[in-house]
Amino acid sequence: MTTNGQIQTTPRSSAELLPLSRQIAQEVAARAAGDVDKHARFPSETIEAFSEAGLLGALVPIAMGGCGATISEVGESVFTVAQQCASSAMILAMHHLQVACLVRHGDTPALRAYLEEVANLQLLLASATTEINIGGQLRMSSCAVEPTPSGFRLEKQAPVISYGAYADAVLVTARREPTSASSDQVLVLCTSERTTLEQLNEWNTLGMRGTCSSGFALKAEGSMDCVLPVPFAKIVEETMLPVSHILWGFVYLGVAAAAVTKARQYVQSDARKHPGEMLPGATRLAELIVVYRQMEAQVRDAARRFDAKRHGEIFATWESVSYNALKVGASWSVLDVVNRAMGICGISGYREDSPYSLGRYLRDAHGAAVMVNNDRIIKDNAHLLLVDREEL
Amino acid sequence: MEAAIREVLAAHGRLPVDAHTLGEEDDLAEAGLTSHALVNVMLALEEEFDLEFPESVLREKSTFQSIGSIADVIRDLTASQAAS
Repeated sequence: MTTNGQIQTTPRSSAELLPLSRQIAQEVAARAAGDVDKHARFPSETIEAFSEAGLLGALVPIAMGGCGATISEVGESVFTVAQQCASSAMILAMHHLQVACLVRHGDTPALRAYLEEVANLQLLLASATTEINIGGQLRMSSCAVEPTPSGFRLEKQAPVISYGAYADAVLVTARREPTSASSDQVLVLCTSERTTLEQLNEWNTLGMRGTCSSGFALKAEGSMDCVLPVPFAKIVEETMLPVSHILWGFVYLGVAAAAVTKARQYVQSDARKHPGEMLPGATRLAELIVVYRQMEAQVRDAARRFDAKRHGEIFATWESVSYNALKVGASWSVLDVVNRAMGICGISGYREDSPYSLGRYLRDAHGAAVMVNNDRIIKDNAHLLLVDREEL
Repeated sequence: MEAAIREVLAAHGRLPVDAHTLGEEDDLAEAGLTSHALVNVMLALEEEFDLEFPESVLREKSTFQSIGSIADVIRDLTASQAAS
C-alpha cells in the first residue's frame, strides 16, 4: 500500500505494534467502519494508517527492515482492529499471512529483496489460491507456471482475490509446470507492475463487506526466482494452514469481543436504572462470558503453540487437526457470542440506530463459517483423524 | 512387496499416472499423490499388510516418499512385530 502520506522510515519494534494498532483502531477504523460496511468499500484510511505507521512489515525480520513480530503479537494487533472494523482486520490478517509465507519459505535472492521492499515501502500483499472450476480446494490447481525465454507466464481465473484491486502483489498457486499433476503446486509472487487483473464480479455480501473479495482474471509474468522454492504442500502444512486459522481466529475473537462489550455496557446501563435488582441480562452476561473466555483461550493458546515451535520442525497430524478445529470452533463461538449478546441487548441490539446495535457483528460473524467453508475443513479433519495416533 | 504396494497405490492413490509405471524411487508427491489420497493409501496398506503405522513413522515425511521407502518401513515394522 503505497500512499501519498508520510511514511514511517525507521523500523518499528514489535513492542510498538499493539499500542499503535489500538490507536489506529480507535481513531481511524472505528470512524470508517460503518461507511466501509454500508458501501462495501475498501477501508483505505485504516490500511493507509497502518502503512504510514510502518506496520505492514510487522512479520518481516528486523534484519530485513521489519518489526520481527511473532504470530501472537500480530494476532493481538488484528484482534484490536477487529473490535472496530472486522473487514480491516481480515485484510491485515490475510496480508500478514502472505508475508509469513514469504518469510518462512521464500528463500531466493529476489524474494528476500522483495521482503525488504515490503518493510521499506510498506507494500500490501494479497492471495489467489482458489480457481474457477477447482473451487476452494486449496491443494489443487489447473493453471500452471509456463516457462518463457525471460522467466515465466501465469494466467489464472480466480473466483476470489480479496482486496486484489488494492494490493501491490498477489501470491498465486499454480501447477509447477504445464505437465505437472494438479496437486504438484508452487506458490508464485506476482507483483502488480507485471500483473494485470481483470475484475470478473462484484463483492456484495452479508458481512465482511470491506474485504472487496471480487473475482479476477489474473495474467502475470516474472522471473523464475519469484517462484517459492519449496512445494506448496510444505508451505500449507507449516505456515498457511496454522497461521491463517490463528489470525482468522483473532479476527473473529475481536468481533466477539465487540459484541461482549456492547452487552456489558447494556447490562450496566440497565443495572444503574434498577439498583439492587438482579436483572436477567446480568445472568445472561455471566453465561456469555463463559463462551467468550473459552474462545479466547483456544485462539491465544494456538498462537502460543505456533510461536513456540522451531521453524522447520515437522508438524504432526494432530497439530493440523487442532488448527483446523480452531477455525471451526472460532466460527461456532463467534456466532454463539453475538447471538447471546443479542439476547441480552434485546430490541436495542436489533435496532440499527441504537448505541447497542449488533447487526454488523452478526453479519460479519456469519462469514467465519462460510469464508473457507467449515464443511471442507471438517471433511479434512475427518480424513486426517483416520491416521492420527498421537496420545491425547 | 513392491508389487503389492503398487496395487494399493493403483486402487487408492487417485494418481494422474498409472501406478504400475512408477519406478521404486519415483517421488509420489510429484506423481500427484495428494495428502487426502495418502490417508486412504495408508489405511489400505495397514489392511493389506496387517499392521498399524505408529505416530513416529507417520511423522517422518520420508516414509511415504516412494514405493521403495514404503517397502523399507513395512519391512522394519513387520520385523519388529515378529521379534516382539
